[in-house]
Amino acid sequence: MSELWFYLLAGMTVASAAATVLSPNPVHSALSLVITLFFVAVHYIALGAHLVAALQIIVYAGAVMVLFLFVIMLLNLQPDPDESRLNPVSAIATGAALILTVAIGRLMFAFGSTAPVANLPENFGTTKALAGILFRDHIVAFELTSLLLLVAVVGAVVLAQRDKGETRG
Amino acid sequence: MDAWLIGGVKSLLVLFMVLQVSALLLWVERKGSALIQNRYGANRASLFGVLPFNLGLVNTLLADPIKLFTKEDFVPAGADRFIHSLAPFLALFPALITFAAIPFGDSIELAGTTIELVAVDLDVGILYIVATIAMSVYGVVLAGWASNNRWALLGSIRGSAQMISYEVALGLALVSMILTYDTLNLQAMVHAQGNLIFGVLPAWGFIYQPIALAIVFTSGMAESKRVPFDLPEAESELIAGYFTEYSGGKQAAFMLADFAEVVMTAGIVVTLFFGGWQVPYLTAEGWHLPFMDLIPVTGWLVTVMQVGAFTIKLLFFCWLQILVRWTVPRFRYDQLMNLGWKGMIPLALVNLFITALVILLAGEFS
Amino acid sequence: MMESVATPAHYLVLSAVLFCIGALGMVVRRNLIIMFMSVEIMLNAANLTFVAAANQLGNMDGQAMVFFVMTVAAAEAAIGLAVILALFRNKQTVQADEIGLLKW
Repeated sequence: MSELWFYLLAGMTVASAAATVLSPNPVHSALSLVITLFFVAVHYIALGAHLVAALQIIVYAGAVMVLFLFVIMLLNLQPDPDESRLNPVSAIATGAALILTVAIGRLMFAFGSTAPVANLPENFGTTKALAGILFRDHIVAFELTSLLLLVAVVGAVVLAQRDKGETRG
Repeated sequence: MDAWLIGGVKSLLVLFMVLQVSALLLWVERKGSALIQNRYGANRASLFGVLPFNLGLVNTLLADPIKLFTKEDFVPAGADRFIHSLAPFLALFPALITFAAIPFGDSIELAGTTIELVAVDLDVGILYIVATIAMSVYGVVLAGWASNNRWALLGSIRGSAQMISYEVALGLALVSMILTYDTLNLQAMVHAQGNLIFGVLPAWGFIYQPIALAIVFTSGMAESKRVPFDLPEAESELIAGYFTEYSGGKQAAFMLADFAEVVMTAGIVVTLFFGGWQVPYLTAEGWHLPFMDLIPVTGWLVTVMQVGAFTIKLLFFCWLQILVRWTVPRFRYDQLMNLGWKGMIPLALVNLFITALVILLAGEFS
Repeated sequence: MMESVATPAHYLVLSAVLFCIGALGMVVRRNLIIMFMSVEIMLNAANLTFVAAANQLGNMDGQAMVFFVMTVAAAEAAIGLAVILALFRNKQTVQADEIGLLKW
């Protein structure tokens, strides 16, 4: 029963990721990506990472994708008729992607344990445990990441500014 | 299978409750606003010529929905049909599911199993609420885009910018509540509000965090784009802002989303700051009045009183939001954004800092 | 909470599939924003690998890594979209094939 759920969810994840990549309309692509991110958050919950799943929805699906949608709307991107998907390059690329999928998939399956998930510590995936790791073991990376976010905010504002004297419109 | 059945029943119960209260609020808004503005309000439609005595119930709850759902479903020319139909429900869905994490009663014993009276007892309850509030931006963004109307697009960009700005303040205020209760689980927070300060006062959240209460209530109203924050959909100025091109059932979905968000804000405020389902001095065994002995009360009566208390508090805060709407004039857009970024966020940060400091010092000295 | 019978190995294969879909998107699509979204899919596939590994080894460092990857991805999305906006202002296009000033 649980296996069926996993295959169903995994199938829908792959389908929405494929829709993101293959859809000609950028807004449809962005919405499919939001759905993909949601499904990945569901997988995180199944793997016991509750806090990370909540963060995925808040940060990725709730903020980053809204940013994507804003930019698509601002640039008024129309569905591109020229991007026909059946040219030689895309056919070769699809074939190569399939081969790559099979190769990496077999490698991953060999590395993964086929024993069902068990023996997880009591507070696995809880906020307190993750906070303990972040603020004790990886405090340097945490501080550097916050610095990175500051740089990103400043950089985005500077890059998106109009030059002085440039007229609007 | 048992857990699925219980969970399913609870979820359906909560969903119906939110939908019923939203529909009720529609009527309360119409007649309540009429009361405040010293006019009659809707009083034409009636049953058998007399019922319901000019209360406007038939008008709002029967005639209006029938009118809305039988209107022509109109998609503007050149608009994306799929997204135009999707947007109202993207706006409605997060408003409805936020209530899944809000506890409406203590745990009850039924046929040997303990059932927590919350649809989903999440360990990360507060983060779930922040996540669903973050998702409600999509309905607004896509509604304006899919209308093929540049003023609807303008309204939707303003609306979504306002929503994401106030989300930051809301999140920071909620973080200070997490610090106060030392847990993310909402049921545990409500349990913690059953304690007594100095043996007399019930330890409700607003006593510990009045600033956070102000920020959460204001940000909740700004999130649902109600007056005084409703420039994106200003009825008297922009027709209807981002949902101008919507008519019929889709407009009904947007209206329902508006009221569902009112209920959501009220639910969050009640759970975090006003004791949730706690009745002051009532514990699972009975009345523990200060300086008096225990007055025992039977188990099921306690549960009924607690669920009733939650409902009353919820309706009070919904009424308060409606009252604010019809009393305060609306903000200009730059005033709104200034309040969000230059007022609420620094205030929430200072509140967070002071909370953390107090908790640290209290831990040091106790 | 329902225990999943799907083992970590299944999740690793899923992340491999997602990664290859993202890589396919990068190669085939010429619209810069869709290429960006394919990068996000690849990052999510990597995150899923980390979380599955954390689950398999019982070590929460994988989830801490996901935290950092998510933050970096958000920062990268902000800057990347700002760059695309600036580019659009100059060239009025977001097709990668038409931005070839440095080609000889």
